[in-house]
Amino acid sequence: MFRRSEQDKRPQVQIFIDGVAVAARQGDTVSAALLASGVDVRRSTAVSGAPRLPYCMMGVCFDCLITIDGVGNRQGCLVPVAEGMQIEIQKGKREIGQ
Amino acid sequence: MSGEYDVAVVGGGLLGSAIAWGLGRLGKKVAVLDEGDITRRASRANFALVWVQSKGLGMPAYTVWTVQASQAWGRLASELKQQTGLDVSLQQNGGFHLTLGEEEFGQRTELVKRMHNQVGAADYKMEMLSASQVKKSLPLIGPEVSGGSYCPLDGHVNSLRTFRAFHTGFKAFGIDYLPERPVSAIGKSGGEFHLTTPKGELRAAKIVLAAGNANQTLAPMVGLYAPMGPTRGQIVVTERTMPFLPHPLTTIRQTDEGTVMIGDSKEDELDDRALKHSISAVMTDRAQRMFPHLSRLNVVRSWAGIRVMPQDGFPIYDQSETHPGAFVACCHSGVTLASNHAFEIARMVAQGVLEPELVGAFSASRFGGAGAANSSGY
Amino acid sequence: MTVAPRREDYDVVVIGAGPAGLAAAATSAEAGLTTLLLDENIGPGGQVFRAISSTPVTDRNQLGADYWVGADLVQSLRASSAEVIPRATVWSLDRNLDIAVSIGGASAFVKAKRVILATGALERPFPIPGWTLPGVMTAGAAQTMLKSSALVPDGRTVIAGQGPLLWLLAAQILRLGGRIDRILDTTERGNYLAALPHAFAFLTSPYFAKGLSMMREVKAKVQVVSGVAELAAAGDGQLASVSYVAGGRRETIPADLLLLHQGVVPNVNLAMSAGVEHRWDDLQLCWSPVLDASGNSSVAGIAIAGDGAGIGGANAAVVRGRIAARAAVDALAPAAAARLPAMATLRADLAKAERGRLFLDTLFRPAPQFRIPSGDTIVCRCEEVTAKDVLDSVAIGATGPNQLKAYRRTGMGPCQGRLCGLTVTELMAQARGKSPQEIGYYRLRAPVKPITLAELAAVPKSEADVKAVVRG
Repeated sequence: MFRRSEQDKRPQVQIFIDGVAVAARQGDTVSAALLASGVDVRRSTAVSGAPRLPYCMMGVCFDCLITIDGVGNRQGCLVPVAEGMQIEIQKGKREIGQ
Repeated sequence: MSGEYDVAVVGGGLLGSAIAWGLGRLGKKVAVLDEGDITRRASRANFALVWVQSKGLGMPAYTVWTVQASQAWGRLASELKQQTGLDVSLQQNGGFHLTLGEEEFGQRTELVKRMHNQVGAADYKMEMLSASQVKKSLPLIGPEVSGGSYCPLDGHVNSLRTFRAFHTGFKAFGIDYLPERPVSAIGKSGGEFHLTTPKGELRAAKIVLAAGNANQTLAPMVGLYAPMGPTRGQIVVTERTMPFLPHPLTTIRQTDEGTVMIGDSKEDELDDRALKHSISAVMTDRAQRMFPHLSRLNVVRSWAGIRVMPQDGFPIYDQSETHPGAFVACCHSGVTLASNHAFEIARMVAQGVLEPELVGAFSASRFGGAGAANSSGY
Repeated sequence: MTVAPRREDYDVVVIGAGPAGLAAAATSAEAGLTTLLLDENIGPGGQVFRAISSTPVTDRNQLGADYWVGADLVQSLRASSAEVIPRATVWSLDRNLDIAVSIGGASAFVKAKRVILATGALERPFPIPGWTLPGVMTAGAAQTMLKSSALVPDGRTVIAGQGPLLWLLAAQILRLGGRIDRILDTTERGNYLAALPHAFAFLTSPYFAKGLSMMREVKAKVQVVSGVAELAAAGDGQLASVSYVAGGRRETIPADLLLLHQGVVPNVNLAMSAGVEHRWDDLQLCWSPVLDASGNSSVAGIAIAGDGAGIGGANAAVVRGRIAARAAVDALAPAAAARLPAMATLRADLAKAERGRLFLDTLFRPAPQFRIPSGDTIVCRCEEVTAKDVLDSVAIGATGPNQLKAYRRTGMGPCQGRLCGLTVTELMAQARGKSPQEIGYYRLRAPVKPITLAELAAVPKSEADVKAVVRG
């Protein structure tokens, strides 16, 4: 859906999407890195299970909700990637476990 | 505004709606006069428990009335479902009140004892459980939970969907729901009541005042008395999460949608726009001590609502002596008692007589003109 | 790294580091007021100057001169004594000017003598059939990715809607080598005539020449369809096609990405939750705060600058920021105000910056069918409530958004009405034959952004607070 412009010379950062290593760039938000990854990163909603991707990328729509390093329902469009970050695509309601 | 009505119900909240729906069910021609979008609506601020335990200390008749309501709720839910297709998600598998630390456990034990010793109260099987007994039903409780009380009759419901179901049901019963018509004056002539609203006058053979705390002002217009003592309550609600709480608690419940509601405070402040975060902090802190895994959930909303609260905490149901056909109904527990309002109060209003053996204890004559008592209606 | 505010009390707290916030904070700090600037994003710039300090797009022509103006604003801010905290989400502001802000998972509480809200704008909801499908995004979202990560569309891409941002985005995508298959212009034909009386101001404004050359640049490379009167996205769990009607003809084209835009509207949540009075703006079709000439709102001590004060664009936002800050300086440290540009000069600057706005607002006033949906089209994205659901609620007695909320949960999700509020107001207004002003808006309360339960639980509490909750 999106690709990186060649002029982007920022250093690479490795993140993991559901355990699979993906190259992101320093300064990417989690949502941007996911949309650039080419991986199917659709979440499903807590209400009907409908598939969704980020819509606004500016922190207002909450369609980028995602689990980052074990914490669910974070706004991926507001969080910068970090080396080794573990991302999980959310399916349905958040599981808070025990 | 056209036509005459058998009954005009003043107030379109849960209480007025339940009575109106019940009257419509009996074939009466009913109008419901309501306010608009912005007004103090306890019906959209409440905690949605269908609750029995600890109700009625100081008035055994209230326990009896509450137990009856709890038992009739299933019938109400199924009639609403049948009529409107809406499932109000009634769940009545018992509820808990959890205590943190030994002091709270001791206080709760004392309350349960006082309730049991009360003569004339219905048997509602409230009992104290140790922390390990609680853990069998609620495995996720934290180490600070010292135990709690349990009552098998307790439950909860989706109160907003109930509200919507009543209003949907109005259509089927031919009830006229008339919003944006606060009542400013009530008179009686020619055997009819005349209600003044900004959109004109409405006439009805009988009226039911179900306007919450505003009943205090409306009741004297027709020789009734409804001393109220409203308080403010705050509630916090989280995002949706997977089901983890199989029973409702007095202060925590997981809704059928998955959100977790955390309540509630009791404050003298009556501004429902302002919030005190320090109070929400006490509520959420207690919630995470009861269920430590809640700490990571996101709080998505919080609000304050003004409780409809008769001065002594118990319901008021009365018919005017000077203006027969004028009834007043107000209570705090509009959710719990919805079934009684829909079936019993509606039936009695239709008959024109409030049956003393059922609701005689709830006459405002008990105030003898002066309210306030140290009791537990709530 | 998490940085809590250095002080508990500030003369001025500015919320939002876009054009207005950057200018306001720099002005206030330069005059010697203790100033705190809080912003939710990773770096300063807001939406217009998004990633101004970090963008990987280094060829300055690609983002354009208007973008790089932001670098100077950031420079002035950094040269000032203003304290700046990024990734700081303000979740509560009240009438006492008490502010609760979440930074790195913990809340801090600060009190201000004056608050300048510069929370800017968000894109107007564009509730067409299929707008919740993966692959449908706002144009602003694509622009955010372009500026902050040099990402460009590379699948079959359709841009639909109207307004200056749409053309700017298209030009930027093309300059960066991205793909656009078609642009669907939804500007109503009648708007051209309506805008005509305001054309002179526009022709003599800086917008005119820039806008014209950008449209030429885009039209040379992309097929543009004008007069689009219907629009829908379709696909099974993912966008597959876009269909539209233009000139009476329906066409369906395959698409991987649909970027929607029909202007921006003030981001009102924080202001409304603080009790700031808003009124319906019938030209801009949104809620705007009631403000005096210095940006002061109905709540004493709270001023609003930038697009949150009513859409005026980036240049106007900068000046409004300076005006609001200058008013704060006048109130708190009148002696220092002498060092600042005179209020009269600033007001003249504002008039200049707002030149041509009326023309743009009139020309790009979105058509009703793109604002007021029907049938199964989703209105509330969070709770998945459709237009029909809303109308059903009106039929059983919902008079406004708050009763609707009780019936249907609209606005109760995490976005708190940001993506459905305007649609709900207009839809109910139409259904009830009332004005949007009469219908009103959601009552908003803190937290205006979600915070963790643990974070809320950590708010300091008194004995009295405990007593109000624990009662046997």
